Amino acid sequence: MPRITITVNGSAHTVDAPANQLLSSLLRDTLRLTGTHIGCDTSQCGACTIHVDGASVKSCTMLAVEADGASITTIEGLANGDKLHPMQAAFRDHHGLQCGFCTPGMIMAGVAFAESHTNPTEAEVRESLEGNLCRCTGYQNIVEAILAGTKAMHDARSRS
Amino acid sequence: MNPFTFHKAGSIDAATKNFADAAEGKYLAGGQTLIPVLKQRLAAPSDLISLAAIDDLAGVTATADKITIGAMTRHAAVASSQEVRRAIPALAELAGGIGDPHVRNRGTLGGSVANNDPAADYPAAVLGLGATVVTNKRRVAADDFFQGLFTTALEDGEIITAIEFPVPERAGYVKFPHPASRYCLVGVMVAKMAGGIRVAVTGAGESGVFRATAFEQALAKNFAADAIATVKLPEDGMMSDIHAGAAYRAHLVGVLTRRAVAKA
Repeated sequence: MPRITITVNGSAHTVDAPANQLLSSLLRDTLRLTGTHIGCDTSQCGACTIHVDGASVKSCTMLAVEADGASITTIEGLANGDKLHPMQAAFRDHHGLQCGFCTPGMIMAGVAFAESHTNPTEAEVRESLEGNLCRCTGYQNIVEAILAGTKAMHDARSRS
Repeated sequence: MNPFTFHKAGSIDAATKNFADAAEGKYLAGGQTLIPVLKQRLAAPSDLISLAAIDDLAGVTATADKITIGAMTRHAAVASSQEVRRAIPALAELAGGIGDPHVRNRGTLGGSVANNDPAADYPAAVLGLGATVVTNKRRVAADDFFQGLFTTALEDGEIITAIEFPVPERAGYVKFPHPASRYCLVGVMVAKMAGGIRVAVTGAGESGVFRATAFEQALAKNFAADAIATVKLPEDGMMSDIHAGAAYRAHLVGVLTRRAVAKA
């Protein structure tokens, strides 16, 4: 069985990964990081979105062995102790979730979007969510949360 | 997923050797089509050979009249490449409209072209811009490369290493994305090249990407949207499925070609 080394939320792990194990399964079943959700299993819903070497990817559409040597951030890696990440805080403040199932993927998509957009338009946010499905909210508050979270991330950086 | 043996090839030679040694080998590029296919057990290769660790397969190089893009270059990298945006903005725009941001961070040019999905975007760019597909064995002109649904000129075990896009005088790409999948219901690349006009259509043809020669001839006389206003494409040969009928697709090809000309 292949043995891989990956860094997840700053901690290095060396684990056995069957060749046909998906990265989403490695995170959830092997590392017990169940914040990364599996919604559709057909690569459409984006609930499993994580960051691999800084880029947002669908972890159900990448093999665990492909992530050998990579640095991964999951939803569990965003908050600093009890202090929410600005994007998480924005989702809470703007009621950007109802059932919450899609939220980890939405927030990871939002953080990746914010990293490459300093002053986005609403249309750009909506387009960026093409790979993330929500069946409760109608997206309105998710879009508002990502706009606010993006601003909060950049404001925090300009202060520091 | 069915079990398979995974190989991370360090070179083209190592990859082709892994392939030759396998009972049923399959190359893995970005995996954005192949992994969903494996998950649904629609394919069961004995060996999966990743091309991701091979040097020199990713990246963009530009000369005055040509943009060369490595086969493992991700869609997001093509979309944001300054060289591509400067020389062939329609190609950068096409790459930036594939799937969604997460798919664009993994999917590759070579993987998309080798797969030749009849509703994929890149085949329209390769055929519409008259690109050359470079493999580990030879160079294949776009006109000879695409040979039907999910079928290409690639031989067993052959690997696309790069695609060379000649720089057009003008080019425009417009697609009507399926609202859920973002695949092309119809996509049209129109290009005014040094050698003439090319119009390539994806998403519509029963046999995959094709050139709309009637539009090319009309546009050669007058490169303007009005020039093809009365040129009709036959329904014969158009795909018909739950998303759209053949007549609708044939009509849409005309509409989008006019928009692509206006945009070029």
